[in-house]
Amino acid sequence: MSSTEVEHKGYSGRPRAQSGFTAWLTTTDHKKIGIMYFFTVLVFFFLGGAESGLIRAQLAQAEQSLLTEEIYNQVFTMHGITMVFLVVMPLSAAFFNYLIPLMIGARDVAFPRLNAFSYWVYLFGGIFLYTSFFLGGAPNGSWVGYAPLSLDSVSNMAYYAVGLQILGVSSLAAAVNFIVTILNMRAPGMTFMRMPVFIWMALVTNFLLLFALPIIAVALFMLHADAVLGAQFFNPATGGDPILWQHLFWLFGHPEVYIMILPAMGIVSEILPVGSRKPLFGYAAVVFAGAAIGFIGFGVWAHHMFTSAIGPVARSAFALSTMFIAVPTGIKIFNWVFTMWGGKLRFTTPMLFSIGFISMFTIGGLSGVTHAIVPHNAQQHDTYYVVAHFHYVLFGGALFGLIAGIYFWFPKVTGKMMSEKLGKMHFWTWLLGFNLTFGPMHMSGLLGQPRRTAVLPGELGSTVELYNLLSSLGFVVLFFSALVFLYNLITSIKSGEASGDDPWDARTLEWLTPSPTPFHNFDVIPTVTHRDEFWHRKYAEDESGRAIPVPAGASEDHDEAGAHDEHIHMPDPSYWPLVQTLGFFPLGYGLVYLNWWLIGIGITWLVVGMYGWIIEPVAEGDDDDPVDDQHDATAPTAAAH
Amino acid sequence: MSAEAHATTLGMDHRKLAMWTFLGSEFLFFGAFVSAYLLYLDTTAGGPGVEIFDIPFTSVSSFVLLMSSLTMVLAHSAHSRGDLRRMRLWVLATAGQGMVFLGGQVFEFTVFYREGLELGGSPFASSFFVLTGFHGIHVFVGILLLLSLYTLSLTGKIKPNQDLKTEMIGLYWHFVDIIWVIIFTVVYLIPEIAVLD
Amino acid sequence: MSTTEAAEATDQHDAHDHPTPRQYVNIAVVLAVLTALEVSTYFFDFGVIAIPLLVVLMIVKFIYVAGWFMHLKFDSPIFSRMMYGGLTLALVLYALTITVILLDQAPTL
Repeated sequence: MSSTEVEHKGYSGRPRAQSGFTAWLTTTDHKKIGIMYFFTVLVFFFLGGAESGLIRAQLAQAEQSLLTEEIYNQVFTMHGITMVFLVVMPLSAAFFNYLIPLMIGARDVAFPRLNAFSYWVYLFGGIFLYTSFFLGGAPNGSWVGYAPLSLDSVSNMAYYAVGLQILGVSSLAAAVNFIVTILNMRAPGMTFMRMPVFIWMALVTNFLLLFALPIIAVALFMLHADAVLGAQFFNPATGGDPILWQHLFWLFGHPEVYIMILPAMGIVSEILPVGSRKPLFGYAAVVFAGAAIGFIGFGVWAHHMFTSAIGPVARSAFALSTMFIAVPTGIKIFNWVFTMWGGKLRFTTPMLFSIGFISMFTIGGLSGVTHAIVPHNAQQHDTYYVVAHFHYVLFGGALFGLIAGIYFWFPKVTGKMMSEKLGKMHFWTWLLGFNLTFGPMHMSGLLGQPRRTAVLPGELGSTVELYNLLSSLGFVVLFFSALVFLYNLITSIKSGEASGDDPWDARTLEWLTPSPTPFHNFDVIPTVTHRDEFWHRKYAEDESGRAIPVPAGASEDHDEAGAHDEHIHMPDPSYWPLVQTLGFFPLGYGLVYLNWWLIGIGITWLVVGMYGWIIEPVAEGDDDDPVDDQHDATAPTAAAH
Repeated sequence: MSAEAHATTLGMDHRKLAMWTFLGSEFLFFGAFVSAYLLYLDTTAGGPGVEIFDIPFTSVSSFVLLMSSLTMVLAHSAHSRGDLRRMRLWVLATAGQGMVFLGGQVFEFTVFYREGLELGGSPFASSFFVLTGFHGIHVFVGILLLLSLYTLSLTGKIKPNQDLKTEMIGLYWHFVDIIWVIIFTVVYLIPEIAVLD
Repeated sequence: MSTTEAAEATDQHDAHDHPTPRQYVNIAVVLAVLTALEVSTYFFDFGVIAIPLLVVLMIVKFIYVAGWFMHLKFDSPIFSRMMYGGLTLALVLYALTITVILLDQAPTL
């Protein structure tokens, strides 16, 4: 690759650091932000894991009282909130950040500072939620926050209402950012049907976020008004309807399920073709199935409410639409299986996790179909069978897929390999621990063990007790497995063996640049002529359709000459996203405790921060009033500063 | 590099696309509030209902907000011709009309409150105040944006060739107006007429 | 920068196709008349057509503001798709929700 000078003008008044602590605080680089998302998720993952450890310790035997009911309720509520909003969603966001610009051949996202803003809001929203433990108790009304319990101050749900609202701001900003990036910053020649499947799934996911988050925002504002300001949205005493909360929550909550699973599906759709040395089977079918899942995902929300007051007509209609959504999901599963069929399979760790994803997600999907049958659902509702089901799709599905992605793109980020030996150990213990923890829950749930209950009732009998003991043992296995992963991660970052630029013989554009990715991503923005562009630069097909390597050198980008005098303008770092975001703390606490002074300070802070952001000097001049554009002739897809 | 790399993929500015993307999602936001309001039309818990509305008064403030869209679009029109002086005039006029509307809303809330319609009085009252209140917050944000536009154009931060900035704020402002077009009909007029019949 | 410059160029080009201030004023006059018609339903008895008339007037006003003041008529169709896509989704979802809630005013399992 030709080396191109990256010009960084470092206009006075904007931070310049490219490395060190300040660089992380002020970064607007999508790669750094992705890495920060990743490590923050890691912390929250271990917090959420610790909470699940407390749950499993309490339920290891019947009639135990390690935790009081108050603590138990806080712990299971925060476990749910943490894993959904602080682990799975932001881990997907980490992948979006790092990979979207690289996979579409861009140098950054459309709004780099807004991207940093999203990260800081996420971090501070998470911290805000966790401070509730020290300020009178964490929310304890479950992550679904059903009214009227959530309206009562005993449930501490004000923190939930405000905390999730803050996290929603982060996700909404990120969704707008990623949608614009994908629609508007693709490399020349990258048409929609040449985009990697991960990009497609990212696009669908972010549209789901865009349209689902405003609904939960409304629900949370109503909840906040009821719980803190004395409004009457969900209070039956004056005629309010608690079912309205359930509707609004699940109008958001069901798309949310797909928001969590689609990125993992995208990741697996990238890894399987690489691990099988075959193109993805039925690309168009996978893409349209993903879009269909996103679309139908808005029309199935009431299946969470089959035992609430929604009436027989609605039950039948939503049972049908729910079974229908299994169709596109099934299409994807078959496409993944046929991708591997007849391929030259290499069972590397990412590949193992991907296959684990397919099998575990299929189990979870099948138990999901059983919920769609209304009479069945009435039996299973609020039992551990449901807990088993959604852990099979969120842990066995989403998390397996995301972990596959960590192993797969680790060499891209660091230029080093993660240990395959430890990786395989992680996979097999993870698979064992996962099934040991959540498999028995199917049985104990069908035998009548209720969810969200602090004490395992002794009258359920010794079989249920045994299943619970097995689940708790499974947690121990998962715990040690997670330690193996952590050890592998840290040692590989420090001293993993060098990976080279393209360790997996991969197919998509992100591997076209050196690993670790240089600051400016691409020396020359590639021109795309194929789906799986990078593969087609490396291999041609002979008459029988077998891949034969293209002679060395031919795979280099063709526009060497023009590359040397190119000046690449990268977005300037900025303090303002961090500074502005801090205003969410006074605003958040002010809203929880209804302190108008704090609210005023918070709003003023945010507005002043916005001004700082707007009038901050920009090295290359303003976006629509460039100072210096002669050199820019070759800079593609510029980003707004 | 080939020529098409210079433009964005869809040939439009990122910021405008982002603004439209955001506005699309805002329908889901206001739609939920309107739905709650419609569900709770009759749930007044013995307190005042829709008969409390002062339609002539609200008609005047609605009209002011509607006409502010005209001044807003004239501001953008002036800016796209590079006429910053006229742009500033129209921007101030728009912000002024926004303030008249907001003042009307504050007055209306005060009157309703005195007549016994309180946030915590009934689901109807809650959904009315929160829905129109959030619209008011949107208007307030719009006024802040307009005043910033005015100030920044005075300091030279916004230049005659940057009419995209006026256009973006205009899009937001018209959107807030469009939401009020819906609210005026669905929240005020139709329930009031249904009650009168 | 070049990107935005290109977009800017098209914007500038569009500006010539944009309506004149006079046309904007005409649209505003139409909107004012429609609003007067709306308000008149409160003062005069329109009978059964009052509510359908109000809905139609609302839609017409909506389309005028979106099409002219927000330039949707003259702009890239993708903006219309974003706006009307969000609007349609909201209408369908909330109509369904209200239907489900109204269908079940007497809760039975």
